[in-house]
Amino acid sequence: MSEAALHHDHHPKLFSNPFKWAARWICTTNHKDIGTLYLWLSCIMFFVGGGMAMIIRAELFQPGARFVDPELFNQMTTLHGLIMVFGVVMPAMTGLANWQVPLMIGAPDMALPRLNNWSFWILPAAFAILISTLFMDGPAPDYGWTFYAPLSTTYGPPSTDFMIFAIHLMGLSSIMGAINIIATIINLRCPGMTFMKMPMFVWTWFITAFLLLAVMPVLAGCVTMMLTDRHFGTSFFNPAGGGDPVLFQHIFWFFGHPEVYILILPAFGVVSEIIPTFSRKPLFGYHFMVYATVAIAAVSFIVWAHHMFTTGMPIAGELFFMYLTMLVAVPTGVKVFNWVTTMFKGSLTFETPMLFALGFLVMFTIGGFSGVMLSLAPADFQYQDTYFVVAHFHYVLVPGSIFAIMAAVYYWLPKWTGHMYNEMLGKLHFWLSAIFLNVTFFPMHFLGLAGMPRRIPDYALQFADFNQIASLGAFGFGLSQLIFLFVVIRAIFAGKPAGDKPWDGAEGLEWDLPSPPPYHTWTSPPSIESIPERGF
Amino acid sequence: MRFIKNFLLALVTACCLLNSINAFADYQLNMTPGVTPVSHDVYALHMAAFWICVGIGVVVFGVMFYSIIMHRRSRHPVPAKFHQHMGLEIAWAVIPLLILIIIAIPATMVLMRMEDTRNSDIVIKVTGYQWKWKYEYLNQGISFYSNLSTPMDQRMNLEPKGPNYLLEVDNPVVIPVNEKIRFLVTANDVIHSWWVPALGIKQDGIPGFIHEAWADVDKIGTYRGQCAELCGAGHAFMPIVVEVVSKKDFAQWVQKMTKGRIDAASMAPHKDWTKSELLQKGRQVYQQNCQVCHQDEGQGLNKLYPSLKNSKVVLGPAESETQIVLFGSHGTAMQAFSNQLTDDEIAAVITYTRNSFGNNSHDIVQPLAVAKLRRYER
Repeated sequence: MSEAALHHDHHPKLFSNPFKWAARWICTTNHKDIGTLYLWLSCIMFFVGGGMAMIIRAELFQPGARFVDPELFNQMTTLHGLIMVFGVVMPAMTGLANWQVPLMIGAPDMALPRLNNWSFWILPAAFAILISTLFMDGPAPDYGWTFYAPLSTTYGPPSTDFMIFAIHLMGLSSIMGAINIIATIINLRCPGMTFMKMPMFVWTWFITAFLLLAVMPVLAGCVTMMLTDRHFGTSFFNPAGGGDPVLFQHIFWFFGHPEVYILILPAFGVVSEIIPTFSRKPLFGYHFMVYATVAIAAVSFIVWAHHMFTTGMPIAGELFFMYLTMLVAVPTGVKVFNWVTTMFKGSLTFETPMLFALGFLVMFTIGGFSGVMLSLAPADFQYQDTYFVVAHFHYVLVPGSIFAIMAAVYYWLPKWTGHMYNEMLGKLHFWLSAIFLNVTFFPMHFLGLAGMPRRIPDYALQFADFNQIASLGAFGFGLSQLIFLFVVIRAIFAGKPAGDKPWDGAEGLEWDLPSPPPYHTWTSPPSIESIPERGF
Repeated sequence: MRFIKNFLLALVTACCLLNSINAFADYQLNMTPGVTPVSHDVYALHMAAFWICVGIGVVVFGVMFYSIIMHRRSRHPVPAKFHQHMGLEIAWAVIPLLILIIIAIPATMVLMRMEDTRNSDIVIKVTGYQWKWKYEYLNQGISFYSNLSTPMDQRMNLEPKGPNYLLEVDNPVVIPVNEKIRFLVTANDVIHSWWVPALGIKQDGIPGFIHEAWADVDKIGTYRGQCAELCGAGHAFMPIVVEVVSKKDFAQWVQKMTKGRIDAASMAPHKDWTKSELLQKGRQVYQQNCQVCHQDEGQGLNKLYPSLKNSKVVLGPAESETQIVLFGSHGTAMQAFSNQLTDDEIAAVITYTRNSFGNNSHDIVQPLAVAKLRRYER
């Protein structure tokens, strides 16, 4: 078959042949197709979850009942959290891994392509179920994304069961995705690609996949216990039957804390690719970056109860979790210092991916600082469950994970599409996002310290000013993301040809391929000499 | 770039404008130093941690922005080649570790002080309900509920909001100054969290479990707080008000409260009320206890909180409605009010629901009928 015929076969057009077009995307086992599907799902969910954030901020624009009733407000905070964590950051990171890991380690595809197809196609079903709760009789899940018992068990609305099932599906998808990534990285590295030559993005995903494999079953166990408490007469979390509501929190956060690192470690990987490229200097301390990632992942399993300092833990428990949580700052600090030193005496340019990576570096570090403050148990008694916490985790998630995802999209979009995106619009998108997100989230530190609890639809008058500013920032941030959508769609269809290697400082196997890469890549492995040396 | 500058300018102007509009509301940027030994310590720890972070931030961001300015390609076209240094790596792992140890020492001390609830003078049990607090003074035999007292009209923006909007209650907790108060915190239904920033206390109330906290307030005054753990639709509407008074005033208050209790008991529900008296009182009781869920027009709030308009329960036999109000409805969000409301109040609110929201049963329920049912069930 000629190259052209092969190409045609794989890409039926939507309008001329809609059934074949749908069948291609539904049945595909190609890592690039599946990566694209993950990224588009994430993009759609980003606007759905973002729309919910707009509703939340509209209600909080002024004190008093304004826009939605408290019940709907609680449903919005719950679904916003669940969708952003499970529907935006996780699928986007998995999409990036699907596209990039095989290209970067010289593998022809993922190790388990059919499993890959299935782990993606479970997700739209899971989110359809989750979002359908909004249209059911009775409230949608309304107890926060952490769904603490007994508010979600004894007092949970009927739609809770749908949320439980949706979470089971998401967990299944993540576990299969993680297995696939581990199998790919262990088995399909091309000759010469030793572990200590792997790009940082591959390393961080390798470690993330183990975290997923370890904790997603814990979450599944947690929601299953909820289900049996709700319907089958057990009392895991019901004190009236001898259970303990705090047990729920222990199980949830044993999943939840590693989950936080699942959301951020691949972001570390992305930034570790981009900063060296635009500094035109190799990553500083590659080996220590790998060790630091392993250390963060290991410690993530033994710090979970810092989310629970106010539940009345014994003092020995509080001290244990406080000390270990503080320790997380050490490997995280090592990473930040290495990134800064990578830039030092480089030859820096500031294209859009670099701007997003620098935005990440500055604002993730600010989120890290509030994280250190939160780790101090006595002070946490004042911070816990306030807007200070909201500010903290939005600083590590929005300019952290989300900025890294956007940096990655701008960085690899020329490779994926073969077209350069519009640099001017990209920069505009960065600056508007960076400014508006600080207008949104920075005042939240003040609100929390001044005494505003999180998850309230109405508030005392002294919180009015900063809430108004935060709401304006949020609307601006939301609107700015439409630029991103426009830039991406335009780059898919038009733009200057990118060439194989659009960034002169970039290193790595993916840049040895044409842009866009052919449907099947690395069917014969790259030469050993083309693998960049790292470190020592 | 010019666009960005103009934009920034516009943003700053907009913020200034907003500030001038809201100039009457005064706001706070930082944590309160509070009025107890623990809250002072926590504040000091918070500030120490903050300044350490600022210091590290200045160093890290300083180097970073130095590189961004001095090592851009236009100024520094040829990049250096170095990419590792063992000494540096060890240094920037060990130095932060030392800083952390330095801050961990005072943190440990504050935590140990916080947990030391021995030798208290007064013990108050705090119970969270959806959505109110109950306070029991275990040694004095005083017990009462504390509800939000902000009128619904303020919440619905029909009236101007008062200065303590959403931070005011009908019955505040009263404690004496300079005495060690031990709080025992628990909850009746879901998890709540009793938080008064000025006291430096945030303690989750967990159903089935009791946890402790303490305060020794050094300044007379009124201190306000809120529930800090999401507990359902009324989470924002269960504030805490602590009145700290002199020891003499506290003794008087205790006397008044214990006397009042006896009066209420001796009054007993033997008087017959007129319909208009019942309706008037019933409206008050409804607003304080029922409105959060069943809403101001009795229309309810989705499936969980049913409508009272044309409701089978409200238009059915008065006895069954009374039983539901007294003992709750199992498996739903309807709680038992037998320990929260007097017979008078229950009679009034039932009369009110049966003759409001378009319900025209013309029924009158007298306190005696409620008392009968209450005894019957026991």
